Amino acid sequence: MNERRNKLVSILLNNMPMLLFVLLLIAFGAIAPESLQYQNIENAFKQASYIGIVAIGMTFVLLTGGIDLSVGSNMYVSAVIAGLAMQRYSVGAGPALLLCLVVGAVFGTINAIAVTKLRILPFVATLAMMVSGRGVGLMFSKSRAVAFPDPVTGLGSAELFSLLPYPIVIFALVVGGAALLLHRTQLGRQIYALGYDKEVARKAGINADRVQAAAYILCGLFAALGGFVSVVQLGNVNAGFGKGDEFDAIAAAVLGGVSLFGGVGRVFPGVVLGAVFIQAISIGLVSAQVDLYLHPLITAAVIFSAVLADSLRNTYLKKLSRRNIRLEV
Amino acid sequence: MTRSALEFDRVSKSFFGVAALSDVTLSIPEGCLLGLIGENGAGKSTLMNALAGVITPDQGTMRLFGVPFHPTCPADATRAGIAFIHQELNLFSNLSVVDNLYIDGFPRLCRLPIIDKRKAYRQAAELLTAVDLCLSPATPIELLTPGERQLVEIAKALGRNARIIIFDEPTTSLTAAERSKLFQVIDNLRREGRTIIYISHSLDDVLRLADTIAVLRDGKLVSTGPGDQYSANRMVADMVGREIAQMYPARASAPGPESVLDVKSLTQPGMIKDISFTLHEGEVLGVFGLMGSGRSELARIVYGLDPFKSGSIRVRGTDAGAPSPIRSIRNGVAFVTENRRQEGLLMEAPVSENIDLSSLRRYARYGSARIIDRRAALKAARQMAESLQIKSGSIDRHRAKHLSGGNQQKVVIAKWLLTDPGILILDEPTRGIDVGAKYELYSIINDLASRGTAILYISSELEELTGMCDRILVMSNGEIQAQFRHSEFDQESVLQAAFRGRTTANQTEANGEN
Repeated sequence: MNERRNKLVSILLNNMPMLLFVLLLIAFGAIAPESLQYQNIENAFKQASYIGIVAIGMTFVLLTGGIDLSVGSNMYVSAVIAGLAMQRYSVGAGPALLLCLVVGAVFGTINAIAVTKLRILPFVATLAMMVSGRGVGLMFSKSRAVAFPDPVTGLGSAELFSLLPYPIVIFALVVGGAALLLHRTQLGRQIYALGYDKEVARKAGINADRVQAAAYILCGLFAALGGFVSVVQLGNVNAGFGKGDEFDAIAAAVLGGVSLFGGVGRVFPGVVLGAVFIQAISIGLVSAQVDLYLHPLITAAVIFSAVLADSLRNTYLKKLSRRNIRLEV
Repeated sequence: MTRSALEFDRVSKSFFGVAALSDVTLSIPEGCLLGLIGENGAGKSTLMNALAGVITPDQGTMRLFGVPFHPTCPADATRAGIAFIHQELNLFSNLSVVDNLYIDGFPRLCRLPIIDKRKAYRQAAELLTAVDLCLSPATPIELLTPGERQLVEIAKALGRNARIIIFDEPTTSLTAAERSKLFQVIDNLRREGRTIIYISHSLDDVLRLADTIAVLRDGKLVSTGPGDQYSANRMVADMVGREIAQMYPARASAPGPESVLDVKSLTQPGMIKDISFTLHEGEVLGVFGLMGSGRSELARIVYGLDPFKSGSIRVRGTDAGAPSPIRSIRNGVAFVTENRRQEGLLMEAPVSENIDLSSLRRYARYGSARIIDRRAALKAARQMAESLQIKSGSIDRHRAKHLSGGNQQKVVIAKWLLTDPGILILDEPTRGIDVGAKYELYSIINDLASRGTAILYISSELEELTGMCDRILVMSNGEIQAQFRHSEFDQESVLQAAFRGRTTANQTEANGEN
């Protein structure tokens, strides 16, 4: 009896993000039934795709126990450089994407060097990159919006086999790739090990610096890709592009069950769900015509509940795993 | 004549001018089990760290199977076939057994950077069978008991074809059943021709296992020879440099009449039931129980770390109220936990900060600004360190993690003594510390009792309790089963009481209190 209740509570707490998601859908359905149309759901996924890609990159870093605050600036710089290359040197879409990814990886490499070689705390190192990265981007763009040419932005609304929008397809590929990397390669398992304890990892013969560097480089790469996917949908890169996205990415990962202490969390379904969740809230609020000023408060309340559930779950699991000495009848 | 697996030749190392190892020359034949003993700080860890490539000796050479060996990092030692099974296990508890076994070298799927899951599982299952551990390689480490984790570490060593395996205090957190299983596995390893270095303070274990024994003291090798030439007495004499005639210092005082701690029908479902006892001024009251008897849980509840459902705790006649550690400190209750590394010390902080930690409010100056008078705090810490004879470099710079186990425990006690506790709760205070330091601790406890401090002494070592206490309470199944006065101490009846009330359900490896 008691055991059954304990099991129920732990199932509930383990699936808190999912549960909140369902509750939210029900709430929207009740207030504004029209918000649950297929089109809105597809939009939620489409808009979630870019933040989801960035959040997956962020997940690598969070799993090592670090944090990357510079992804928003990274998105900006890499998109600006790719956009200018297309505008001025009429580079094609493919090479532009490649250039964008290279810039993102370089950005991530600088973070990696600061964290592993110069031993600067990730929070501080990536904060500095957030500020200076945006500065470099603005130098290139002269603070003006950079428009991507038509054929590229056409991709944003194009659909694969006129069924699935390209952003969602790319998102799905990234999810599959990241899950494969985390669970089926040595690097992935070592990222989890590093997040558990860096010192223990080093003693176990893991090249801790290399693994940590890889996480930051991958994060930079995925940030640039996420930025590109976003611009393809928006059409141009304005001076505020990417600002605040680092926090959405962190929120998506944490909503999806990634621990800020490192070592715990999964890309699928966790982070994917987290990213869709955040977009679904804003789409739902718009179509339910909720007061605009209330949007941030409601989003915050949902994130807060998810994180609260996570902490409740940890205390509860600790209590459960504590062995009873006496068998009480 | 078998060849030498490992030779140390005049190895010396000093830190900041203090010799940690001087001129150690030792040769270990292949397939032999060497029992390495010595007090904390005698140089055992330094010697092993030299072997592991963590430190480089100042002088001397090492040879591995006759070949000169100069490791510069832990990976060098691993490659050379040396595996360490540490006291604190180095496993990732967020990962599965198979991940832990292959974390630095997974089998790959036809040279792709993809893990060959099937092969990894099959090999892992074989290794687990070799150490007699029946569980799925997919089990997360966090679900394993300390004994099972130890076996996983050994499986990991086997997976790397380790020819030399070093065990450092492997039995401290094991139950009796797990311990005998470990010994069986160790015997098997030796039969396969692997060379083993076994470091322990448990002299009985060393006598039971070792082919050869080596004793270190103050960085020097003081004696070595075949295991059957050693007795517990000789080992102690060699380690300490003198015969310890008596393990326990004599008590000069008797308990006073005044009761300082009154516990009445304390109950917490699933933990303890109906616990009542009175602790008097200057009394050393022992609490004995096997693992899982509820002894440590009782200590945590009395100190206020865990809640209780019914009953009362009165300190000096007044109700202690809702228990919390802060309340307890104000009431003059101090708690030395059984787990000093994780719960008792700030390992990265200097010794002096650790000592001052619980009495900082006393050095707060300038009214409500409460700025700490660092000089006064340091002075108090220094006095305390001197009176307990803590062996450390300059205490305001030397970090707690660099002290030996016995000295760390003294730091924890110093911290509490500085708060002038009327009641001191000690949970396994001598776990993992050496003979000499134990004796010093016993003397400190006697001295405190003679000055009127009431002491609740929790231990799983019966001999220690009979040597130290005025009374002993015996717990099992979360209840007090019996009570013995000093004149009635009798090991057999105490043990009988301790086994009473243990149902078959919790008799199976009742472990995992930590």
